[in-house]
Amino acid sequence: MVNERITDSTTKNATNDNEVISIQNFNFFYGPTQALFNIDLSVNQHTVMALIGPSGCGKSTLLRSINRMNDLIDGAYVQGKVMVNGIDIYDKSCDVIELRRNIGMVFQKSNPFPKSIFENVCYGLRIAGITDKEFIEQSVEQSLRDAGLWDEVKDRLRENAMGLSGGQQQRLCIARALCVKPQILLMDEPCSALDPIATTKIEELIFNLKKSYTIIIVTHNMQQAARVSDFTSFFWLGKLIEVGKTEKIFTNPSIKITEDYISGRFG
Amino acid sequence: MIQNLKSYLRYGSPFIWLSGAFLSIALMMIAGLILFISKEGLRAFWPSPIAQVELNDGSKVLGILTDYESATANDTAKYQFRVGNRDLNGLDFRWIEATSIKSILYPKDIVLVEREEYGYLIGRFESLVTRDLQEPIVNNRIPHSVISKTEQLRSQINEIRKTKIGKINQKVEANRLTLKSKIDETTRRHITEENLLLESEYRVLSTQLDQLETSANQASVQVRIDDGRAMDLKIRYIVRYFEPNNLNLWGKSLIFFSRINEFLSSQPRESNTEGGVFPAIFGTVLMVLIMSILVVPLGVIAAIYLKEYARNNLLTRSIRIAVNNLAGVPSIVFGVFGLGFFVYGIGGSIDQLFYSNALPAPTFGTGGILWASLTLALLTIPVVIVATEESIAAIPRSQREASLALGSTKWQTITHIVLPGSAPGILTGFILAMARGAGEVAPLMITGVVKLAPSLPIDSTWPFFHLDRKFMHLGFHIFDVGFQSPNSEAAKPMVFMTALLLVLIVISLNLAALILRKRARKNLGGSTF
Ligand SMILES: Nc1ncnc2c1ncn2[C@@H]1O[C@H](COP(=O)(O)OP(=O)(O)O)[C@@H](O)[C@H]1O
Ligand SMILES: [Mg+2]
Repeated sequence: MVNERITDSTTKNATNDNEVISIQNFNFFYGPTQALFNIDLSVNQHTVMALIGPSGCGKSTLLRSINRMNDLIDGAYVQGKVMVNGIDIYDKSCDVIELRRNIGMVFQKSNPFPKSIFENVCYGLRIAGITDKEFIEQSVEQSLRDAGLWDEVKDRLRENAMGLSGGQQQRLCIARALCVKPQILLMDEPCSALDPIATTKIEELIFNLKKSYTIIIVTHNMQQAARVSDFTSFFWLGKLIEVGKTEKIFTNPSIKITEDYISGRFG
Repeated sequence: MIQNLKSYLRYGSPFIWLSGAFLSIALMMIAGLILFISKEGLRAFWPSPIAQVELNDGSKVLGILTDYESATANDTAKYQFRVGNRDLNGLDFRWIEATSIKSILYPKDIVLVEREEYGYLIGRFESLVTRDLQEPIVNNRIPHSVISKTEQLRSQINEIRKTKIGKINQKVEANRLTLKSKIDETTRRHITEENLLLESEYRVLSTQLDQLETSANQASVQVRIDDGRAMDLKIRYIVRYFEPNNLNLWGKSLIFFSRINEFLSSQPRESNTEGGVFPAIFGTVLMVLIMSILVVPLGVIAAIYLKEYARNNLLTRSIRIAVNNLAGVPSIVFGVFGLGFFVYGIGGSIDQLFYSNALPAPTFGTGGILWASLTLALLTIPVVIVATEESIAAIPRSQREASLALGSTKWQTITHIVLPGSAPGILTGFILAMARGAGEVAPLMITGVVKLAPSLPIDSTWPFFHLDRKFMHLGFHIFDVGFQSPNSEAAKPMVFMTALLLVLIVISLNLAALILRKRARKNLGGSTF
């Protein structure tokens, strides 16, 4: 039952110009242990895809496979393909630096650099070798506005980012990711360490960002998944159980295990 | 009762008290050490009164009371006086039995003269002798005009001897080396002509020098010493003179500070037992700086490679163990290595390649400040590597990931995130390295430190930095003055002062690094919630 994969017709038909990420028959191994099994998933442009599932089911692993952050782990390897804009990112010819510049990432725990707020946001531009001061200043302001943080920090851009509150730090990390103008945004439980108000702010933010970014978000919060995402995929023990439009998954899942999870019977 | 004792032990009160006590003992030991050496050292700069001791046989002795030995079973009580006049008495100190003393007075008209040679002169000024006149001296005061004229002559002599003749010698030496190499006939003729010119120039200068010397020697003071003998004191050899028993507090303070100033800023005299230690201060600081410039980049780069790039395999682990063990190797072993590898190996090869004309006289193939600094850098590199590695390991993984996820390369992450983040740790390593390097003497003794260096490693002659030169070092100075000098009793205060200075220099270098570290920490900021 579990091996049988149900794919919603909407997702299937989306195999067109709109498709930004396409994961095909993907397996992931941490050395001898396999963490992901035969994943097939595609994400369309300017949509939000939520990844849900119990802890340890491989959501983060999948997310980190999309910008190849798992390269850092000794002994990890993959099978299958992850296509981003039609290019296999695990192919030898793929430039990891370019790929990561195109895919922003927001982590579970906010991780600003111990630098000024301004330097945090423009970090991506600086390492990309951009020196045009005016451009950098404009980009920093724009991304702080997009992240809804501008009004709170505009007078203290030169202060150390470590002095911000938890919620502000997380929005700073989002601004930092936005500043390099990526096409895709990966978010790994971005609200799990935040209070409800900060969470609401970030949810609103995600809703607004959807207009110009393709977003994949991992979340433990069912309501959040229901609120912010267009599509939801449910993972269990390293396998993709069900994927489809969010309303459908939450109101009428095709598979019992999904229903059990969503209704809180386990996980 | 038992309950009470139990909770007393559980909260660890006795151990807290114990650790506090040990800490205070350690602090007291450090404070005591510094107090002791400062007292012993500074005491000698404060002018002490001169006693006129009348003995039972009617003879008189002038001297500074320095020590007292109480009577024992087979010996009577004795006083020790520093009587000076070493050129006449042969000894600086004299023991006098308490029973043979009739009276001790402190007459105001006794003069203490510090001379460039033979230490103190103690006596009374009688008359002034110059080329044209001989006149009595009143109030032990030499006319200012005479002193300033001698001063002028002295600086002229120094100018000719050190600068002008020194330059000629340099040129002659350079010409000698050029003549040794293969050159064509015309240049050879040129150089020979130039040499003749230089020779005549030298002859002119040396007659000039002779004349200056004679006129400088003409001014002198007749001094009557305690046993009634008169002696001739050349004014050019006077460093300072004053009447110790006739000074108020202000006058004494002036002497005190003038002596300290001399100690810090001038050359040593009398085989290092008198005068200043400026060359040693200069050498010590310069060596520590060169060492730091060498050791920090090398250590940091090595640590980056070990931590970031080397695979964590058997080889890396054994390298790490070897590095840690290197810190425990006795420093003299590093000295021997430095002598063999840097001085004879690298220095010898440099001489063969670039200074072959000067051979067999070595240029880099002998001890020098560069080799000494390199040896110390080698000695202290483990400290820097270990500290850097630890602070690199302390950079949160999340920050590296954030940097990489923004599209930076590993190298960019190291330079932008890892290194700035571990700057405080690197500076800690730097502080430890400096503290160890500044106090090290043994390896220097065979790689470039000398008792008396003719010139500083940095001066105004091209190329300004003479890193091949030998240098003086405070640590070695202590050893040399205290234990190798013929007059070590008189030099005792010098030993303490030099020790104090060495401690102060190490402390201030460390403080500077500590302030740097504090800045670095502040830039990193603390996290808040
Ligand atoms: N660095 C790693 N090395 C080995 N196993 C790992 C590593 N990271 C995660 N895993 C394992 O892979 C599985 C999936 O982990 P993860 O993707 O973090 O789950 P999730 O994010 O869904 O909670 C878990 O069983 C976890 O124990
Ligand atoms: Mg996770």
